[in-house]
Amino acid sequence: MRSIINYLKEIVFGVWSLMKGMKVTGSYFFRPGTIVTQKYPNNRKDLVMFDRFKGEVVMPHNEKNEHKCTGCGICEINCPNGSIEIISKSIVTEDGKKKRAIDKHIYRLGMCTFCALCVKTCPSNAIAFAQGFEHAVFNRALLIKTLNKPGSQLMKGVE
Amino acid sequence: MEEKVKNITTDEQQEYVINMGPQHPSTHGVLRLVVSLKGEIVKNVQPHIGYIHRGIEKMCESITYPQIIHLTDRMDYLSAHINNEAVCLSVEKALEVDIPDRVKVIRTIMSELTRIQSHQLWWASFGMDLGGLTCFFYGLRDREKILDIFEETCGSRMIVSYNCPGGLMYDIHPNFQKRVKDFIKYFRKILPEYDQLLTGNVIFHERSKGIGKLSLKDAISYGITGPSGRASGFSCDVRKHEPYSAYDRIIFKEILFTEGDTYHRYVARIEEMWESMNIIEQLIDNIPDGPFAVKMKPIIKLPEGEYYQRVETARGELGVYIISDGNKNPYRVKFRSPNFVNLSVLNQIASGFKIADLVAIGGSLDLVIPDIDR
Ligand code: SF4
Ligand code: SF4
Repeated sequence: MRSIINYLKEIVFGVWSLMKGMKVTGSYFFRPGTIVTQKYPNNRKDLVMFDRFKGEVVMPHNEKNEHKCTGCGICEINCPNGSIEIISKSIVTEDGKKKRAIDKHIYRLGMCTFCALCVKTCPSNAIAFAQGFEHAVFNRALLIKTLNKPGSQLMKGVE
Repeated sequence: MEEKVKNITTDEQQEYVINMGPQHPSTHGVLRLVVSLKGEIVKNVQPHIGYIHRGIEKMCESITYPQIIHLTDRMDYLSAHINNEAVCLSVEKALEVDIPDRVKVIRTIMSELTRIQSHQLWWASFGMDLGGLTCFFYGLRDREKILDIFEETCGSRMIVSYNCPGGLMYDIHPNFQKRVKDFIKYFRKILPEYDQLLTGNVIFHERSKGIGKLSLKDAISYGITGPSGRASGFSCDVRKHEPYSAYDRIIFKEILFTEGDTYHRYVARIEEMWESMNIIEQLIDNIPDGPFAVKMKPIIKLPEGEYYQRVETARGELGVYIISDGNKNPYRVKFRSPNFVNLSVLNQIASGFKIADLVAIGGSLDLVIPDIDR
C-alpha cells in the first residue's frame, strides 16, 4: 500500500515540477516585451555599435586627405602576428631635408586578432578602430588593405 | 563463418568500443572520448586530446609580454579576462610594480562578470545536454547582457584583451557602473527562474543525483579545482586562500558541498553566480579614483628568475609559470590549466554508469577544450 502511495506521490511531484518549468516558459509567451532578439539584417540601417567596438583598424584622414602616420613602424613591432606591414619611402621636405615617410601602411584584416596593441602604442594616434563588422568577402586578397589613401600626405604639425 | 559471428555477439566478455567525438555536440569542442561499453554500462573512458592544439606555450616564447595577453584569451575563451589577469599579475609580481586600487577593483568586477557569464553559458549548454533546449535560449539571453557590458568597455565581447601589464588598456566606459547595476538587478530576478526550469525538475534530479560521485580523496589526489572540486568538499578557492587583486577586501563565502555528484556540481555553480553578484555589489559603488594603468617601459623585460601566479577562473585554478632569462621574451611559459586536470578524472567517475550519464558527467565538469589543448 505504502509503495503505491509513494509511486503516486512521485508522479504528482514529477508533473508538478514539470508544470513549474512550463509556467516560466509559458509566461514569456504572453510577455512580448521581453523579446531580446534583433531582426538583423533587417535593422542594418539603424544598428548602432558601441563606439569602442573593435571592428577593424582604420587610419582616419581629414578632408584635405591628410593622415597622422609618420611611418615610424612602432605598430608593426607591437603587432603580435604580423598583421601590419609598414613600407616607407624617403621624401625631400620643403626645406630640402631628407625624411622618412609612409608609402604604404598594409593591414591584413584576415590575420588581425583585435588585440588593440597597435592602436594603443601608436605615438601619434594615427590609427583607430572602426565599428564595421561585415567583413565577409569572396576573395581572401580583399582582406589585405592599404590604410593610407592614395595621394594622402602627413598632416602638418605631426612629427 | 556463422559460428564466428555468433561468438562475437554472444560473448559476454566482449567490450564494445565507440568513439564519442571529436565532433560530438556534447563534448563542446573537439574532444574525442574512446568509450568501452559493456551493454550500456561505461567500462572505461579514454580521452584523446590535441585536436585544437595551437602551441600557445611555445608561441609565447617568441613574443613579448604584452603580446602574450591576447593568446591567453584563446585558451579558456569563457574566462578570457581572468586568464589575462593571471599573466598580468605574474608580470607585475616580477617587476614589483604597485598597481593602483582602481585597477584592482575594476579587474575584480570584470573577473566576476566573466565568471557569471561563463556559468550562464555552462548552464545553458548543460541543460541542452540533458535535453532541455529551453535552458540554452534563456542562458544565452542573459549572457548577452554581460557581453554588452564587455563590448561597451573593452571593445570585444568574448576575447576581451582588456588587461595589460601595469593596468588596463582603457578606462571603464562612463555607462559601465549603471549597466552593471542594471544587470545585477535584472539577474537577481532571473536566477530563481533557472531553478524553476531545471534545478527543481524531476527528470533532471533523476539524471544527476548520485551520478558520477567524486570523493574528496579523489578530488584532492587528482587536483580537481573550481566548482567541480568544491562540490566534493575540496576547499580550493584561490580567491579565498591566496587573495589577489581586490579579493582581500570583500566578504564572500566559498561554496562547499560534500556530496560530489553531478547534481551538487550543478548547484555549486548556481550558488557561485549568487556569490559573484554579491562580490560585484560590494565593489561597484566604490570604484576608487585614480589612474587606470601605471606607466610601463615600452619594452618590458623581466629580471632573471621564475615567477608563478595562480588565479581562480570559472573552472578552477589557473597557474601561470614564467621563467625569464632577462630578455624581452620569456624563456619558458607554462600554463597550469584547470580543464586539463579536470578532464583526467572523467574515467574515474564515469566508469560504472550508463553512457547517457557520461554526457551529464562530462557536462557537469564544464570542460572547455581549447584550454585543455592550448
Ligand atoms: S600608424 Fe602610428 S605607429 Fe604605425 S607607423 Fe604610423 S605613426 Fe607609427
Ligand atoms: S589589433 Fe593587434 S593583431 Fe590587429 S593589427 Fe593591431 S596589433 Fe596587430
